[in-house]
Amino acid sequence: MEITPSLLALQLVTGIALGAVYALLAIGLSLIFGMLTVVNFAHGAFFMVGAFIGLYFMGLTGNFWFSLVLTPLVVGVLGLVTERFLVRPLYGRGIDYPLLLTFGLSWVLIEAMRVMFGIEGIPSSTPPELRGAVDLGIGFFPKYRLFLIFATAVVVLALWLFLEKTRYGLIVRAGSRDGEICKVLGIDIARVWLVVFGIGTAIAGLSGVLAAPTRAVNPEMGIHVLAESFVVTVVGGMGSLPGAVLAGLLVGIVFSLTSLFAPDLAELSIFVLMAVVLLLRPQGFFGKAGLMS
Amino acid sequence: MSHTPANLRRRRIVMAGTAVAAAPALFNIARAQGAAIKIGFPVPLTGAFSAEAQDQVRAAELAVKEWNAAGGHKGQMAELLVRDDKLNPGEAATRTLELIEKDKVNFVVGSLSAATQLSINAVTKERKVLFNSISQSDTINEAKDWSLYTFHEALNPHLTAGAVGRYAFPKFGKKVVYLTADYAYGHEMVRGFQRAGAGLGVQTLADIRHPLGAADYSAFLPRIQALKPDILVLCNFGRDLVNSAKQATDFGLKQGTKIIAPVLLYTSRQAGGADAFEGILGGTSYYWGMEDKIPSAKKFNDAFRKAYGGAVPSDYGALGYAGIRSVLQAVKDADATDSTRVSIALRQLKYDWYKGPQSYRKCDHQSVQSVVIVESKSKNMKDKNDVFNVLAIEAADEKNLRTCEEMGHKVTT
Repeated sequence: MEITPSLLALQLVTGIALGAVYALLAIGLSLIFGMLTVVNFAHGAFFMVGAFIGLYFMGLTGNFWFSLVLTPLVVGVLGLVTERFLVRPLYGRGIDYPLLLTFGLSWVLIEAMRVMFGIEGIPSSTPPELRGAVDLGIGFFPKYRLFLIFATAVVVLALWLFLEKTRYGLIVRAGSRDGEICKVLGIDIARVWLVVFGIGTAIAGLSGVLAAPTRAVNPEMGIHVLAESFVVTVVGGMGSLPGAVLAGLLVGIVFSLTSLFAPDLAELSIFVLMAVVLLLRPQGFFGKAGLMS
Repeated sequence: MSHTPANLRRRRIVMAGTAVAAAPALFNIARAQGAAIKIGFPVPLTGAFSAEAQDQVRAAELAVKEWNAAGGHKGQMAELLVRDDKLNPGEAATRTLELIEKDKVNFVVGSLSAATQLSINAVTKERKVLFNSISQSDTINEAKDWSLYTFHEALNPHLTAGAVGRYAFPKFGKKVVYLTADYAYGHEMVRGFQRAGAGLGVQTLADIRHPLGAADYSAFLPRIQALKPDILVLCNFGRDLVNSAKQATDFGLKQGTKIIAPVLLYTSRQAGGADAFEGILGGTSYYWGMEDKIPSAKKFNDAFRKAYGGAVPSDYGALGYAGIRSVLQAVKDADATDSTRVSIALRQLKYDWYKGPQSYRKCDHQSVQSVVIVESKSKNMKDKNDVFNVLAIEAADEKNLRTCEEMGHKVTT
């Protein structure tokens, strides 16, 4: 097969679009870990719930954009409830307690969706205005995937502005450095944790509704992406947002380029990437050394 | 102490409750005296194929009910013992052993996946219990796994892929790319297509292997675009097929390339939706819409609709029905319930339960049957069940199967 520059370029764009979903998922995971030191194993399940709720709203209203706004809010509220009543009682008991809790919660959510929507899953379609492919000059590329790249950029930018430019963002960053001192200064740190968990799950829900038109929506769809988003989080550095974005895109690109030259090694390639990064830089790209110890 | 009305009522409730609780026990005793013909039915009620498995159970229950309603065998009734094999070969073997040893089943019908059917077959073969498999596999009939007690009601990958290839290659072109799930099923399907294409001058541009259960196929698609094939074959199953079909559609591959799949299931099409599957053609063992042309299909569909609130049977469901009916018919023909005599009767059986004439090939007990070529549609659908156009039905013919010698069978009688 002839490898032309335009094929390589198209493969690269495909990788970026793929990486955008990984990056979005990893941002949510990283945010929650960086702030609360909770390894959220229910993240994939929130992603899946987002996809289902998104389709449900789309079915009700017939409007993708409405669903795109409403779904993260609903999943975010689900996250708030989860933090307040399930995760909060486990703070201070070590990293494994919330890990096991969220692992169990993910199965509860999967089972709930099975009961509500059936085991086969439900059909999802691309919003009419984003259907079809456009000629990028290097080949045809789906409009919707370009939109995915754009939407990810918007979310990343919004989150960055929130964390860097707002007063509340300052408190969140301070809370992730030293919660005790924040408490001493009179900041209601419990509420900050609540909000952060809510934002993290809302982003997972948003990733779900964004990913739904590109893949089969079924109760098990979150299991696979959870593993991949953990790879991204670890490569980027646990708790680091720039790391999550960079690693997400890198994983997408590595997967995509490996698919071109050795398709049967594509899945393996991202784990090889993780192994190489961890050997050279055990804390990941931007991770703080010793955060997990 | 006098009885108050409340006390009286309580006593009545307790007595009624006891009667209800005892009823199943009495019923069981009554059944035990009739010595029902027990058929074990291990299928994956949980796991990725549970939608298909549940349809298999519904259709199998219908077959048992019809047979019992017709009087059974000299008044002896049949009973279905459904077990969940969880799509796990170890679990399937354990459940099968339990069905044979503890529940004393006469026969086993079931399975859905090549790995579980081979493990069930290993147990039934060793215990000399007749097993009629209702899931696609090429290997189960090969001499090394086969026994006098092994029957295969389902199509096999070689036959399905071959039929789709024979239909599609002359019509849509000779340059072919395969996107293949990297496991036995995918590889067997590719082999079937390539064999069918060999005599037709078909050229394989690439066979791209993807991991089983991948969620995103986009990374494989630019290369396929660049190769400009006449036909893209999606050699995968279930959710893999749904995802890859959806993404190939998004990338605009359908302009200029015909997408085909060896096995196009009714349940996958329902889960994937009309847009993703628009224009994709594939093979199946059965589609309810065949009822316009085939009287037995109409009869089967009507019975199924009546039993299950207007629902139509799926392809894998129909296999459950046929698998049970064949075995029960053989009990009548043999006038016996032991596996050896029923196996001999089953070898002779000529039947038409739902899709036209069928029979089991003598050397390997593969059911010789038609393959239905269907195309998914997105317009002019009468209702939600109306998802395929039946393009052609390749008639049952032994010559489409691998020969008995190829399968390693020395005795062909």
